[in-house]
Amino acid sequence: MEQTGENNGVAWQGGDRPYNASYGKLMMWFFLITDALTFSGFLAAYGFSRFKYPDIWPNPEDVFSHFPFLHGEHPLLFVALMTFILIMSSVTMVLAVNYGHKMQKNKVILWLSLTIFGGAIFLGSQAWEWGHFIHGDKGGISTQTEHVVHIAEGEKLASVYDLMGADGHDGTHHHFTVDQVITSLEANPQYNIRKANRMYLTNEDAIAYLRENATEVLLGANLKNNEYGHPLFADYFFFITGFHGFHVFSGVVILIVILINVIKGTYERRGHYEMVEKVGLYWHFVDLVWVFVFTFFYLV
Amino acid sequence: MANETKGNWWIWRVFWILLGITAFEVGLGIVKPEFLMEQFLGTKIINHVFIILTLIKAAYIVMEFMHLGAETKSLRWTILLPAIILIPYLLFIILTEGGYAYMMM
Repeated sequence: MEQTGENNGVAWQGGDRPYNASYGKLMMWFFLITDALTFSGFLAAYGFSRFKYPDIWPNPEDVFSHFPFLHGEHPLLFVALMTFILIMSSVTMVLAVNYGHKMQKNKVILWLSLTIFGGAIFLGSQAWEWGHFIHGDKGGISTQTEHVVHIAEGEKLASVYDLMGADGHDGTHHHFTVDQVITSLEANPQYNIRKANRMYLTNEDAIAYLRENATEVLLGANLKNNEYGHPLFADYFFFITGFHGFHVFSGVVILIVILINVIKGTYERRGHYEMVEKVGLYWHFVDLVWVFVFTFFYLV
Repeated sequence: MANETKGNWWIWRVFWILLGITAFEVGLGIVKPEFLMEQFLGTKIINHVFIILTLIKAAYIVMEFMHLGAETKSLRWTILLPAIILIPYLLFIILTEGGYAYMMM
């Protein structure tokens, strides 16, 4: 029975299609709603911790400030590029869906391939971002109160490597002790520290503060400690961007499977390209989540 | 499907809107104009601007790229209502609680 929107008195006997959408598309939408609520839960949890530690939470622009092959500070640029790549791959996905409606197999193959390419580039960028985050940038010193303080030169953020006269990117594994840092601070009075609440101390106060409170010199980030600030910051970073990256990865895998089916002519024989449309919904959702991660992790 | 006859121009229109908003957000994030840094409703005004722009981007992705705007009214609201009701509710509860956790420390 092909009825749409009218029940002819048999609404409770099936055959009526109030949504006028196929089973597969409807289930994809319902899955996406649950997934959207899951991501909302993660981002709300991130917001909770940020509201709980407003004074000592790291500034995103101090953390994500580097661009591959470029020296100096370029806050936001790399993640803006990643956003652009994902939006672009969303566009190629819509084009693939659009040509699927027109049953133009070769154009579907072209635009699907470009979407997979964009997804792969995004994953590579995220790998670079993670690598950089784990390796660390300026170093920090943890204190007994879970605060992380940073080395500064006057009123400007410097790095532990500057203070110790080491190169953070020479490929070797560095390790400094609190005593070494204090000795260097005594020998180089132009350096001081910035406390977690962004207050700058003088050189003498910095030495006294570190003698009293410092526990460990942190270089890089893991799930227990990170040089950027509160330990939860790195935990949320790994968990939320990791969960999103996992979505992108599975999206790429599914797109490859669908592309193989398109090339084999499966959908041509079936008479419609609805499968491409369903994967398209998933792919746009991944883009949608990134729009929110971008805002709440990097901008706000 | 209504899009069969529409060609591709609408896709590129949405693309330029999304790109423009993102570029504007990044510019705002780098410049950080002084008059947007004041506190308003629990956070800086600039953050409210970011959130509104993000919701506009999300609406374009869902309504245009995901074709939700072209689905039946019943399907549209079935998808949108849980998100519109539950997510702001969750955020309100959790963020308020986070503020109290700060005050209790």
